[in-house]
Amino acid sequence: MAILVDNNTRLICQGITGGAGSFHCGQMMEYGTNLVGGVTPGKGGQTFNGSVPIFNTVEEARAATDANATVIFVPPPFAADAICEAVDAGIELVIVITEGIPANDMAKAWAYMQGTNTRMIGPNCPGIITPGACKIGIMPGHIHTAGRIGVVSRSGTLTYEAVGQLSAVGLGQSTCIGIGGDPIIGTNHTDALRLFNDDPDTDAVIMIGEIGGSAEEEACEWAKANMTKPVVGFIAGATAPPGRRMGHAGAIISGGQGTAEAKFQAMEAAGIHVVRSPSEMGLKMKEVLGK
Amino acid sequence: MKLHEYQAKDLLRANGVKVPPGIAATTTADAVSAANELGGNFWVVKAQVHAGGRGKGRFREIESEDVLARVVNGDADVPGKGGVQLCRSIDDVQSAAAMMLGNTLVTKQTGSEGVTVKTVLVTTGADIEREIYAAVLLDRQQSQLVLMVSSEGGTEIEEVAEENPDAILKAHINPATGLGDWQCRQMAFKLGLQGAAFKDACRLFKGLYKTYLAADCSMLEINPVIVTSEGEVIALDAKVDIDDNAAFRQKEIAAIHDSGEMDPSEVEAANFNLNFIKLDGNIGCMVNGAGLAMATMDIIKLYGGEPANFLDVGGGAKVDQVKAAFKIISADSNVQAIMVNIFGGIMKCDVIAEGVIAAVKDVGLDLPLVVRLAGTNVELGKKMLEESGLPILTADSMADAAKKAVDSIKGA
Repeated sequence: MAILVDNNTRLICQGITGGAGSFHCGQMMEYGTNLVGGVTPGKGGQTFNGSVPIFNTVEEARAATDANATVIFVPPPFAADAICEAVDAGIELVIVITEGIPANDMAKAWAYMQGTNTRMIGPNCPGIITPGACKIGIMPGHIHTAGRIGVVSRSGTLTYEAVGQLSAVGLGQSTCIGIGGDPIIGTNHTDALRLFNDDPDTDAVIMIGEIGGSAEEEACEWAKANMTKPVVGFIAGATAPPGRRMGHAGAIISGGQGTAEAKFQAMEAAGIHVVRSPSEMGLKMKEVLGK
Repeated sequence: MKLHEYQAKDLLRANGVKVPPGIAATTTADAVSAANELGGNFWVVKAQVHAGGRGKGRFREIESEDVLARVVNGDADVPGKGGVQLCRSIDDVQSAAAMMLGNTLVTKQTGSEGVTVKTVLVTTGADIEREIYAAVLLDRQQSQLVLMVSSEGGTEIEEVAEENPDAILKAHINPATGLGDWQCRQMAFKLGLQGAAFKDACRLFKGLYKTYLAADCSMLEINPVIVTSEGEVIALDAKVDIDDNAAFRQKEIAAIHDSGEMDPSEVEAANFNLNFIKLDGNIGCMVNGAGLAMATMDIIKLYGGEPANFLDVGGGAKVDQVKAAFKIISADSNVQAIMVNIFGGIMKCDVIAEGVIAAVKDVGLDLPLVVRLAGTNVELGKKMLEESGLPILTADSMADAAKKAVDSIKGA
């Protein structure tokens, strides 16, 4: 069953005819994801890969395909608008891959989403995958193996690193979510932990955070009181200088807030199994599970 | 993108925020004529650098190492004159500008190397009855903008947050309605403002929000906002950071941005769309993805090395970008070894291998190079490195790579 995406996910792609959109849609279809349609304004009526219908609007795509998820590859200046279009069409799950959306645009899209039944993942994220069932995003599918460990992370390649380590020690993954490196994101660490905790197909979770903001600390507070499954945790950026944005828009230590050390401490206080070396996430999980 | 104070004040003025009359100058003679043009008998000369703590900063060319160390340490009552000077005569303006221009200002934020002052802002002195604090910024916890004010102007907000958190007032802003008049009134009442100052403060708050949106700020802080005896409410200082993600629609601001304070290697990297931050360590690194790049720095440190840089080559790096990255890293004289850590997803390992081989052939390689590849096309990438005949050390994991990089220096 895993979380959020599985064999029942019916996906459309906004920006399906762009370079990144078309390449990754091909990859997703190859993985077995049920891609039921695409949206590019002005290209309605055409098809993608010879079989996937393209629509002018998300509303039309939803009506024709009964899609319940969308993946957005729309360029940054137009991406927040694309998110609002998906919300308006009632799409339940909106996964935003686009990197570089202005924060002021995201604040508006975020506000527009409140009170609706749409959940957003990202932006500036690799997407979400339930190995063997459904891959939505840009992660390399072949490194994943189906199993019972959940992974949640703000980073792309660092998530792949964790997945690679898990697969190497023989631990498969239930679902892996990249929640994104921006200051405004949809699904956060707390949401992901809650979903994994409630998922009967997940036994344990790897949680990867990074410097900036306080979302990890809040997730640790929640985990301390509620999490019944073991969590292995790592925070990236212990060596990052304060006041500098480390690649991700949200990865910045400002006014002494958002340091890796504070987040490591919050994890330890919440009973999370912390690794200080990003090379030991998989081994630590194996040890924690006594396997 | 950080703006200088005079640039930030131009933006604020254009959006209806009162700022003291001021003129930017790049020579001492221009500073003097600016003071004459502004008139009056009281001026402030302010060094225009991106770092904070200017007033308490001191000049490398003037003060002793001991004094500078105390500045960096954040000590109170350091002797000497700083990057913000009050001037009671034109002669004072002249000597203040002469002390600042071309000299190196060391503040708590710049660290011991300091930054060269190329511009000063000359403003008229203000009659200050009261100092408050105001800022607009993104509250990440709420995913909303917030107007933050405090009655304790002139003090760093982090200090207020620690010592007197109740003094900080917040109004969260719904993007659909914008900052409400009622919210401005609420803040002004809570600050205990009255009469003309009350109305002027409300205008200032609105103007700050307007500026924030118009310029796509990611932070806008006015510390202090002053209330004059006439009841005027004026932004005496201005600290503005622009959202890099909005640079595509803030072309005018991007054009005036002073990249001269950035490390030259960072400017060069930006030309190749590389996400690069220079650090002080001895092991250079090249990584794909920001999170993995930070984690790579961390693991270098864990194994006893010091990262020389942060470098995310991005998801779709081309061979010429990889070459440029190599040149930039190996041009740093502190670098004694290079660690490449790539987890191929979109980026294929063979493309990276091709780039590394081309770069090494092109740039030459005097330093130990450790390459760790994983993910898409990893076997092909490894094979290419092995068959290249170049002295490249390969590693199977991040830990293995970090250990090899650190060991290669010890052996040297």
